[in-house]
Amino acid sequence: MDLHQKLLGVTFRNPTVLASGIWGITAASWRRVAAHGAGAVTTKSLWLKEHKGHPNPTVISTEHWTLNAVGVPDAGVEKAREEIGEYNRDKPVPLIANIIADSVGNYQKTAAAIMKLQPDFLEVNISCPNVEDEFGKPFACSATDAAAVTRAVKEVSGKIPVFIKLSPNVDDIGLIAASCAEAGADGFTVINTVGPGMAIDLRSRMPILANKVGGLSGPAIKPIAVKCIADVYRATEGEKPIIGTGGVLTGEDAIELLLAGASLIGIGTAVAYRGADVFRLVCEEMKTWCDQEGVKKLSELIGGMHRELAKHSKK
Amino acid sequence: MKIPLQTRLPKTYPVATVRRETTMVQTFTFAVSLGAKPGQFVMLWLPGVDEIPMSIALDDGKHLQVTFFAVGDMTQKLAALKKGDLVGLRGPFGTHYEWKPKQRIALVAGGYGAAPMFFAAKEAAKDGCTLDVFLGARSKEHLLYQKEFARLPRTTVHVATDDGSEGFKGTNVALLKQVLATKKHSAKKPAFHQIFACGPERMLVAVSDLSFHEQIPSQLSLERYMKCGFGLCGNCVVDPLGIRLCTDGPVVRNDLCRKIMEFGKCHRDALGRKHAF
Repeated sequence: MDLHQKLLGVTFRNPTVLASGIWGITAASWRRVAAHGAGAVTTKSLWLKEHKGHPNPTVISTEHWTLNAVGVPDAGVEKAREEIGEYNRDKPVPLIANIIADSVGNYQKTAAAIMKLQPDFLEVNISCPNVEDEFGKPFACSATDAAAVTRAVKEVSGKIPVFIKLSPNVDDIGLIAASCAEAGADGFTVINTVGPGMAIDLRSRMPILANKVGGLSGPAIKPIAVKCIADVYRATEGEKPIIGTGGVLTGEDAIELLLAGASLIGIGTAVAYRGADVFRLVCEEMKTWCDQEGVKKLSELIGGMHRELAKHSKK
Repeated sequence: MKIPLQTRLPKTYPVATVRRETTMVQTFTFAVSLGAKPGQFVMLWLPGVDEIPMSIALDDGKHLQVTFFAVGDMTQKLAALKKGDLVGLRGPFGTHYEWKPKQRIALVAGGYGAAPMFFAAKEAAKDGCTLDVFLGARSKEHLLYQKEFARLPRTTVHVATDDGSEGFKGTNVALLKQVLATKKHSAKKPAFHQIFACGPERMLVAVSDLSFHEQIPSQLSLERYMKCGFGLCGNCVVDPLGIRLCTDGPVVRNDLCRKIMEFGKCHRDALGRKHAF
């Protein structure tokens, strides 16, 4: 079983991708993640100018879930230029640059600046649930706003494929995806964290996160990711590649997301659940499963559930 | 690497005892054990204020102790707490000091680095190790854990102060060099099997160099800005290795430490930007 594939002109040695906001804040850390087997890496969300995150506690976790309200800290484009420039000197695996902004105009400015650094894909974070106090409801919660950001970014992104990172916290994610696709999105990252959620310390009766609420990730959210990926795949008729992200711990989890319609698999919180080698482990487990089941190519799996459902509806 | 996952959610505990060490330094005890090993740290949370990484001064299976210097916003507020006030604990996290039974170990403790060094000394002494503690501070009144170290079996305490108000005048690393010169020391038969160090980074650099030149293996505790404490946020990564010091550290073996370009030179802030020491 060969896990490699070509997507929108970019070759991936395997479908695992380091998800945004995890570990990778420097060129050295992206290289380290690649050495642990990742097929690609995503930067943390990059701002045009310095943006302070939330105070601690920012990340808490149990065996079922992780809540985070890091608050998207970043030093701005200057630092991104330094780190991505350094990474590009000797790039082991493709780099996806994730960008964030507070307005349609600033999304465009940020995209224009980051696009010059030649990432393989641009991923547009319009769905962070833990900066709502600062910026209001994410752009991903409105089909019109999401399309406006997509259009603005596409105007300046040139040949670099643009992936829109969608929120699961909406009534109809398919509708939002269709609207972005019409505005020119080349692909989607599905999903950002769920919620937001909250955890309270019993004795002090205080919310644990300094931001009070945070985005939910970890094993518990996988069924939501699977459903959202399936919705986006259906709404875009399987024509837009999806980076499926949410609750993947094992190779079998990854295969489930492929069947729902994902082409690449984001791995984030699992780094803490299984350690740095999670990328290598997930790939080995995928291979083992595929060999046992006689699956020869990733394309047999991607969107497999939809093809199976179609067969059943014809009967 | 199997970590009990419940350690990643903080829980508050009342401060059981407060002990004043010096004018700026206090020790809190909590009636809980997190099963921590020497060198590991907890994320210490003051509800409504902040959460910071703090090295563990003792975990004896029943009680956990932290010793802190009231220097920042968070630690000054912490210093105002009384017995019974609530503090959140999350952890333990990170690597720890390792030794073999009956080894000869030099422990270099600078400033409030004395607290985790005391934990290491106490546990290593239980394993029959012979210990030479090089306790350093600016001046006499800033020396920490001096009496506690002195009470440990097979332990010699060597004191160094910058101003000479007690013991050797100069750094604890200079004192270690002096003591090393009086001992029969060769690569084949080293005076010490290992050196453990915790303290300001310039002290660690001096220990690292000494350890390298004298070919005595060492384990050093590095401090970097941390958020999650368990390897997710990436704020504590170091160039050019890209490793996370919350999981691959804080206790780092010198051979790895010497590959860290940032060691002794710079650290990253909450935004990931580099600052020189």
